Amino acid sequence: MPGVSGSFRYDGKTLFSDIRLSLAEGGWTCLLGPSGVGKTTLLRLLAGLETHGTFDGEIHSGDVAYMAQQDLLMPWLDVTGNVTLGARLRGETPDLDRARMMIAKVGLAGHEHKYPRALSGGMRQRAALARTLMEDQPLVLLDEPFSALDARTRSQMQELAFELFAGKTVLLVTHDPAEAARMGHRIAILDEAGLREFPAGRTKPLRDPQARTTLDLQARLLADLRKDQAA
Amino acid sequence: MNRAVWIVLSAAFAIGLWQAVVSVTGVPPFILPSPGKVLDTLVSSRELIAGHAMITMTEVVAGLIAGSALGFATALHLMVSPTARKLLMPIMVFSQAIPVFALAPVLTLWLGYGIWSKIVMTILIIYFPVASSFLDGLQRVEPGYLDLSRTMRATPNQVLTRIRLPAALPSFGSGLKLAAVYAPIGAVIGEWVGASGGLGYLMLLANGRAKIDLMFAALFVLAVFTIAVHALVSLLAGWMTRRAQGIS
Repeated sequence: MPGVSGSFRYDGKTLFSDIRLSLAEGGWTCLLGPSGVGKTTLLRLLAGLETHGTFDGEIHSGDVAYMAQQDLLMPWLDVTGNVTLGARLRGETPDLDRARMMIAKVGLAGHEHKYPRALSGGMRQRAALARTLMEDQPLVLLDEPFSALDARTRSQMQELAFELFAGKTVLLVTHDPAEAARMGHRIAILDEAGLREFPAGRTKPLRDPQARTTLDLQARLLADLRKDQAA
Repeated sequence: MNRAVWIVLSAAFAIGLWQAVVSVTGVPPFILPSPGKVLDTLVSSRELIAGHAMITMTEVVAGLIAGSALGFATALHLMVSPTARKLLMPIMVFSQAIPVFALAPVLTLWLGYGIWSKIVMTILIIYFPVASSFLDGLQRVEPGYLDLSRTMRATPNQVLTRIRLPAALPSFGSGLKLAAVYAPIGAVIGEWVGASGGLGYLMLLANGRAKIDLMFAALFVLAVFTIAVHALVSLLAGWMTRRAQGIS
């Protein structure tokens, strides 16, 4: 099962110690918490990316597909070029038919040859989503990919991503309790006190954002996040 | 009014001022010739000037191309090899502390009075700005792109050619624009130190024989040529920037 367990020190200080994060296999794990406690560091450890600190522990991940808050589209490549970037970077011949399919799946059909600067923020994040899908990895790591979007676009993107990543093991790092309440099969909270699992209830994602149970879960998450600060 | 009209007005103003200084002060033509006199000389000595201009243009264009290519290759090499970067960067920075003009007599000694000493002079003067500007662009690529390419298991060569290089094209363009301004300076300095032809040589010769009108005419041609080179290189640099930003 993919996950991370261990301690992390950065700049002489302990960022987190002895935590254990295991991801819901084939489902969404939402990692929720305030800024600066190490959520992104955990995700970067799983992704095998530079963390500028010392990690002592175990990582189980393998090949991943990664999507960040910034769309990270190359401005000099059109949508097709960006979606097929992974293959090109590995020196492989890109599968253009599959790319066209992925672009259509995220709703960008007809925009294949547009450059990122000609797209809206939401469309750019759709293109980034298509690029992530194109990688077709069993583990998908999402670092606040929807947090810069407006509320309507964000909820559309949540639905689209949930549908398209069905069957994949997904880690979603977020600071938004509403997003965690909606998306998580499993919800973990990371804060100064450490990492703890939060009961996601009996309902299954993708949860209706207006349902009483979802709103209730969201409220309990927010209360939990605020609890420590008061103490 | 548009920009072209202002440029014409600006030129007319400068020429008018020049003519006014000559008329009011009554300065003799061997100190400061009038614009009309310079134009006369430009027309009557056009074959002489053109011959020398061809030499200088050859030096500038050859130096610009060779120096830019060397700078481009150096930056790429320093990017992929940290050892080369650590070993060569101090030498490159130190070499910038040497006034390149001071090397001109040595270059003439080594390479003779022909165009080669001037081409090498031009290469030396533009090599560092091109290399350092391009290397800076290659190194300052958005870290998120590198994270993404890491998760995509990109090979180092692909990261260099598909991410760093296109992202650094505008920086290379800025280096080229600087080079376009410096290149004629390098060639003319080289010609002043020792040459048998070229606009710099012609200016020195005309100056020594009190043919100030000819000196001004040669200077004018040099200025027009420099502006033309700069305009062409700016077009190229602009294309690079648009390319990097996805403006088709």
